[in-house]
Amino acid sequence: MKVLKGIGVSPGVAIGPAYVFLAGRIKIARRFIRPEDVEKELNRFREAIELTAQELEEVKKHIPEGMPQALSIIDAHLLMLKDPILIRETEKVIRERRVNSEWALLFILERYKKLFAALEDPYLRERIHDLEQLVDRAIMALQGRNNQAHLSEPAIIVAHDLSPADTARLQPETTQAFVTEVGSRTSHTAIVARSLGFPAVVAVTDILKEVNPGDLLAVDGLSGEVIINPTEEVIEDFLDRELRYKRRRSLLYHQAKKPAITKDNRKIAIRANLELVDEIPLVLECGAEGVGLYRTEYLYVTRKTLPTEDELLHAYRQVVEGVRPYPVTIRTLDIGGDKFASQFDLPEEINPALGLRAIRLCLKNPEFFKVQLRAILRASAFGKVRIMFPLVSGLGELQEAKRLLWEVMQELREKGIDFDEDIQVGAMIEVPSAAAVADLLAREADFFSIGTNDLIQYALAIDRGNEQVAHLYEPLHPGILRIIRQIVTAGHEADIEVAMCGEMAGELHYVPLLIGLGLDELSMNAQTIPEVKSLVRELNYEECRILAEEALKLATPEEVSALLQEWMKRITLDLSWRQIWLG
Amino acid sequence: MIRRKVLISNELGLHARPAAKVAKLAQKYRAKVFLKKGLRQAEAESILDVLALACSQGTEVEIWAEGEEAEEAVAAIADLLSRDLENL
Repeated sequence: MKVLKGIGVSPGVAIGPAYVFLAGRIKIARRFIRPEDVEKELNRFREAIELTAQELEEVKKHIPEGMPQALSIIDAHLLMLKDPILIRETEKVIRERRVNSEWALLFILERYKKLFAALEDPYLRERIHDLEQLVDRAIMALQGRNNQAHLSEPAIIVAHDLSPADTARLQPETTQAFVTEVGSRTSHTAIVARSLGFPAVVAVTDILKEVNPGDLLAVDGLSGEVIINPTEEVIEDFLDRELRYKRRRSLLYHQAKKPAITKDNRKIAIRANLELVDEIPLVLECGAEGVGLYRTEYLYVTRKTLPTEDELLHAYRQVVEGVRPYPVTIRTLDIGGDKFASQFDLPEEINPALGLRAIRLCLKNPEFFKVQLRAILRASAFGKVRIMFPLVSGLGELQEAKRLLWEVMQELREKGIDFDEDIQVGAMIEVPSAAAVADLLAREADFFSIGTNDLIQYALAIDRGNEQVAHLYEPLHPGILRIIRQIVTAGHEADIEVAMCGEMAGELHYVPLLIGLGLDELSMNAQTIPEVKSLVRELNYEECRILAEEALKLATPEEVSALLQEWMKRITLDLSWRQIWLG
Repeated sequence: MIRRKVLISNELGLHARPAAKVAKLAQKYRAKVFLKKGLRQAEAESILDVLALACSQGTEVEIWAEGEEAEEAVAAIADLLSRDLENL
């Protein structure tokens, strides 16, 4: 048995044989063509392009209604595949160098790779992957290999990457799940997978090295676990998870809009983390009571020039109006100076995580910061907005940021521009020193939100991206629990709400502990919300408090983890929850 | 020769979807249509060329064409680019 972990991007459980989908990972040799065979080779090339185009047209037909995004992706792919310059240049290579079509295509692809790698806009740079996938398909057509995942038996698709076209054509009857080596929660593939309802886990490093075709896999698209050749016990556990999961899924979504109130009447606000305007429908469907963390970096990193106030307002307003009457907590820019090196003439930093970023960068460039503050304030005229400053390390920064905010408010008043005069201003608590002076910050803040990803990284001095130490990144470390407790206590003593918006908040089995620690709001990825809300309704706040007290007395993360498991066995719960928790 | 200048107005610039629309439209005309940004230019009928031209929001693009139907082609592409490409 081998246990791997990736990012669960489409919830669900599956157990089945691995179908290894090796798109585009074939070695292509250069073959020289005799002069008299060049025309034949050109025809072979054109036929392969035509065949690939037909495949894509076929894929289009299978896309369910109501997925215009998937349709337009495939349309763009068709245009790329039949791009007149791509065709012309490839034919030229075949004709002039007298080589096989496969090699000519890869040769031209290399040129495009260089061209796209030089682009500054990361979104445009990414488009080279679309071309790569198309070239893979064309090469398969050339080699007469069917690249449809033809499965006679149900199986779990394992691949380096799956194009949106690949995921769209997977047959629901025979596809159980998919697992890829690369990808993220917001990649096209993940979005398509969720809408088709396949469990999916992405970013499973080295899965192709570890798995052999036909190996039995157990996949959990919620936790991100992928288990190769599981033992009988694990299989049984996963079978149970699968059954319960399916049975509960419809029920969960049905109940998602109901509030999350514990049995003894404590209301926990369950909100969503959001980055793109496109995510609003998902956020609403999952029953989020607003947005607890709106990340605003996207408009800054996808372009060369800085966004204008009106552009920012346009995006913020869409989100604010989209989730109205619920609140949206807009986090001001949380980004490193490296992203703006050209605009601000900044030197390169050796340690950017500890460098000029987030609120520090913004305070150093007040005029730049004020553009965003103005846009946020203006958006507050259209719904309930809360503003949150990231990476605050002490009182001075919070005061300085608030002073700039007051200045902007004054300007808006003078111009007669509407905004919410009572807008709440909060601090994101993610620097250990901020946690230590939380009582001081609480005097100046209207709310706190604990950003656990950075807080844990800074408090434990662990870089999660560093494989040597990543295993020491322990959210249940007693030190972390004490810090959280300290922040909550400081906040509650000053009568302000304390939220948590890091990944920790969306980990199902931490939820009772977090509620016991006194958090008022949990903000997480939207898909997790129905599960978490349903769980909260099963809990008893007083019992959670006792659990938290016990946990705070323990000495190691392992002991805390064991306590959580033991505790869950004791409480009376629907069996399905036990299965999900104890897995 | 007919030339028209337009400002790219949509938020993400000429990303995949709008670039696809440009290429599709350009392919309908017999003229060869070009998009010019600074010193670089792209063949409008090539989505890859248009993407690689990297036109973000606020970029000024000059459209010109040669051959039969050049005027109509330039007018049509200019019209497309001036509209809100997101909502087409």
